[in-house]
Amino acid sequence: MRDTTLAASPTRGFLTRTELAGAAILAILIFLVLPAILDPFRLNLYGKYLTYAFVAVGLVLCWGAGGILSLGQGVFFGLGGYCMAMFLKLEASTPEATAIQSTPGIPDFMDWNQVTALPWWWEPFHSLTFTLVAVVAVPVAFAFVIGMAMFRRRVGGVYFSIITQAIAAILTILIIGQQGYTGGVNGITDLRTLKGWDIRTDDAKEVLYLVNGVLLFACLGIAQFIRRSKAGRLLIAMRDREDRVRFSGYDVAAFKIFVFCVGAAFAAIGGAMFTLQVGFMSPSFVGIVPSIEMVIFCAVGGRHSILGAVWGALLVNLAKTGFSESFPELWQFGLGGLFIAVVLFFPEGLAGLWNRHVAPLPARLRRRPVPPQVPSPAAAPKKPMPPASPAGTSPAAAPAE
Amino acid sequence: MFADYSWGELGSIFAMQGFAGLILFSVFVLMALGLAIIFGQMGVINMAHGEFMILGAYVTYLMSGLFQTWLPGLFGIYFFVAMALAFVVAGALGMVVEWALIRRLYHRPLDTLLATWGLSLILQQTYRSVFGAREVGVTVPSWMMGSLPLTNMIEVPISGLFVMVLTIVIAAGVYLLLYRSQWGLQVRAVMANRTMAEATGINTGRTDRLTFGIGCGVAGVAGSAFTMIGSTGPTSGQLYIVDTFLVVVFGGSASLLGTIASAFTISQTQSFLEFFLSGSMAKVLTLLAVVGVLMLRPQGLFTLKLRK
Repeated sequence: MRDTTLAASPTRGFLTRTELAGAAILAILIFLVLPAILDPFRLNLYGKYLTYAFVAVGLVLCWGAGGILSLGQGVFFGLGGYCMAMFLKLEASTPEATAIQSTPGIPDFMDWNQVTALPWWWEPFHSLTFTLVAVVAVPVAFAFVIGMAMFRRRVGGVYFSIITQAIAAILTILIIGQQGYTGGVNGITDLRTLKGWDIRTDDAKEVLYLVNGVLLFACLGIAQFIRRSKAGRLLIAMRDREDRVRFSGYDVAAFKIFVFCVGAAFAAIGGAMFTLQVGFMSPSFVGIVPSIEMVIFCAVGGRHSILGAVWGALLVNLAKTGFSESFPELWQFGLGGLFIAVVLFFPEGLAGLWNRHVAPLPARLRRRPVPPQVPSPAAAPKKPMPPASPAGTSPAAAPAE
Repeated sequence: MFADYSWGELGSIFAMQGFAGLILFSVFVLMALGLAIIFGQMGVINMAHGEFMILGAYVTYLMSGLFQTWLPGLFGIYFFVAMALAFVVAGALGMVVEWALIRRLYHRPLDTLLATWGLSLILQQTYRSVFGAREVGVTVPSWMMGSLPLTNMIEVPISGLFVMVLTIVIAAGVYLLLYRSQWGLQVRAVMANRTMAEATGINTGRTDRLTFGIGCGVAGVAGSAFTMIGSTGPTSGQLYIVDTFLVVVFGGSASLLGTIASAFTISQTQSFLEFFLSGSMAKVLTLLAVVGVLMLRPQGLFTLKLRK
């Protein structure tokens, strides 16, 4: 396990020059290029993909830095999304709008399931302030309980993964089973307005997309801050030699709980933005399959790179949409192959490929101002870089011919 | 809750629920046995375990069709042929997978988990492309149909009984293999201390491959047995995977007895709760209880004393 980004950058600053450039490119893409070239429908789609980036960034912290692989991030994504959806649903279920129901004023799916009064735990979601707090607080509290129970007892590694996966399964079964209170398989649908502001119009979708982008960059900033802090370095130390960190007198469990809660908070924000942009929330974003797909976004982007995670979420989802529109059966093979390839051949993901092959290019070009234009067959096998050379440090000293 | 029932009825209900629980128990044990070998002994997370079971089920389905068309005279015993073939096919695929994939990842358990998940997606899609997305069922031989009346209120389906007997036989076989055979000795030696095992001349690479193969083979047999009590679809395997892992982890991953004990506990709890609550709530409560116990006792019910 290597962390190329941290190992290769001994600077003490908040961002290295390459990281700054990467963030700038991403910002230009998200805030300028995409809104300029996409129609509202596609922009909304990209906004949806970017909500998964929140989860992937959280996973970079938990998994890439902390070595905790949670297969239950969908739980937090879903809890955040459901909190938001409950507020929006209550706003859409005014007594006037639901006058035809046998009990007006409650969400339609409750009425269909012979529930006659709003359950007590739905009541606080009439308040937007409460909802916004709950979006983050409920998943974080849940993550804290799980983390306390597991990390204090030194459950880690694959056991943690299996148990988080089981929790994702349990929550899905619970949501589907308690149809009258949660909307069941269909989830909470038909969301309309946020404090009177219609979220289904194109203008609203564009605003929500931009809000989503700003929040994503805020999360990226927080993640970068954590990685740069002492806690971030301790996390990496724990991932590699947990016992040594423990013997040095650090409370290992506390750091793990902390980073797990941060990951949950990010996922929850993503979930809430998902609900706002897509207009519904359902158990199909909570269970085992979506949760593990979120891990693959992070793995494809590069488990050690927060910017890579955003790219991973974007690209994998783009590929998914593209493939499943034209060749649905190929996509399953593609996704399965992606899991295997990313593990076997490029465990550092896109960020690793970038750091190794693309980032050293400018330095190499500078070293060799006039590339020899000899069309000799011997030049061809020299082209691939020796993969062993560490990125950036010795840019494959071009043989001066 | 009990007021509406007489004592006799209540007794029968408990007996029937208990029997339903026993069938569920057999299912859990069958699912968990292969995983107990792969995960318990080798420490490999095989997320595609369910797909190996389904492979066995599809082999049985194919054999059922084959015997009906070509060997109708032998149809009564096709199931045993199918089971043997399921073991061979699933085991062979398992060994290929170990060779191509798993052996490169022994030091990265979390990555194994992701890679085998990818494998499971590929297998699912293969099944869907080959057998279609609809669930298929096998034709059960006539001697396995019907049920055995014990009293006038309690009836026992024969296929369920058959699966239970099968479970006992397979469990005994796995026990003999692991604890009474040369191979089992080697497996346990490799898992206890790989370096020392290598020093005594055990070919650890071959042992790993064989272990993984046999684990997958047992999964195939389990899948074959499942066709007696349910139908098979491309994604059926995924439904079982959480239960199976919980059973193995709950039992204490390195203990065969623990696996069986935990399968018994979980299945009986779920089956009794199912009578009083809705099916989904019973499942939720059971799984929550298991997760809760695992949080208090992460090492599971039974543990092996081992110096790490």
